[in-house]
Amino acid sequence: MEGTKLTSLVRSSGCNAKLPPGDLHKVLSGLPPFHSEALIAGYESADDAFVYDIGSGKVLIETVDFFPPMVDDPFLFGEIAAANALSDIYAMGAEPAVALSIACFPSCLDLDVLRKIMLGARSRTDEAGCAIAGGHTISDREPKFGLAVTAIHDKYRVWTNGGADVGDSLVLTKKLGVGILMTASKGGECPEDAYNDAVSAMRTLNKHARDTALEYRVHAATDVTGFSLLGHAAEMAEASGCMITLLSSALPVHGAVYELASFGFLPEGRYTNEDYIGDKVSFPPDFDPVLRDVMFSPETSGGLLLSMPERDAAEYIRRMEGQAWKIGFVSPEGVKPVSVSI
Amino acid sequence: MREVDARGRSCPEPVIMTKRALKESDEIDVLVDNRASLENVQRFGRAMKKNVSAKEEGNGWRIEIRR
Repeated sequence: MEGTKLTSLVRSSGCNAKLPPGDLHKVLSGLPPFHSEALIAGYESADDAFVYDIGSGKVLIETVDFFPPMVDDPFLFGEIAAANALSDIYAMGAEPAVALSIACFPSCLDLDVLRKIMLGARSRTDEAGCAIAGGHTISDREPKFGLAVTAIHDKYRVWTNGGADVGDSLVLTKKLGVGILMTASKGGECPEDAYNDAVSAMRTLNKHARDTALEYRVHAATDVTGFSLLGHAAEMAEASGCMITLLSSALPVHGAVYELASFGFLPEGRYTNEDYIGDKVSFPPDFDPVLRDVMFSPETSGGLLLSMPERDAAEYIRRMEGQAWKIGFVSPEGVKPVSVSI
Repeated sequence: MREVDARGRSCPEPVIMTKRALKESDEIDVLVDNRASLENVQRFGRAMKKNVSAKEEGNGWRIEIRR
């Protein structure tokens, strides 16, 4: 089957293919607890990766991420899947060292498609200075690809989502709306310019955003992916014991997103995200329902969300030259973890 | 009344089917069986400046899109 459109083989794509967060929580909370002295952060902390103390002031940081394609070009899909998986390591302030690939591949597809996916992933891991040292591939009806990524980092220099401080500015390093654009694209409704911008953003590593941020004080960090801006902001606020105010008028959004969202090109995850975290967010009365849709929509390979002292944030944003935006601030704990303001 | 059966379809297909049907007919009914389709088709109808309402029917919903 040469020339088969990758996206035609899958029902959902990108980070939108995540199991609804509420369902996953039900399963995980029913498992017997596991305690290890060395495990500093595990799944219960809702952070981007686990952190395991290996002694001598060093920690092991590990994460896994894989999903079905949101683009038809296999090389590009490999690039996006790798950038997305590597991002969880950057969101912990660390540098990816070694990775394993995880692939599901239909036996009816030309093997050259899989080779191109892997070459795309390699182009990103090469840029990251990370080795793909092995992997596992199984035959499956729907193609899927991703990486399990490992980093070794200084124990006291790990960024978590739990250190946001009152008075911090909240900074985002990629525009929002790629989940909406990819949904529209699946229906042939995404304008070419917007599509190209979204693809370029998804394949961009969060390496530069992380490397530059290392020169400033970062109190808390995460990346914005399937649980949406609001979901990841709520996790950060809860882990930090504070309230995050998001300034809706300051949000950077890709072109065409607003219009496509108003026409109902919204990924299913937009609704399951609201089911899960809707009661953790307060909106002003008569808030624009389309912006609400954008803020609840899943992102794929989204930007870093950084909580930094105001002056550090301002300087960081200047250094990032149009690739970082102040989107909110941190206040003392309020009625809800996240408050959206106009 | 033209009826569009979008049951068993996942987004964005029901929205695309609605868009196509509205090119040929001012007033249509759309059948959907999942929440995202229910919400998204209604958003599309409203964005097209139509009167939109939905009611439960069977294991899904009937969305009525009117002038």
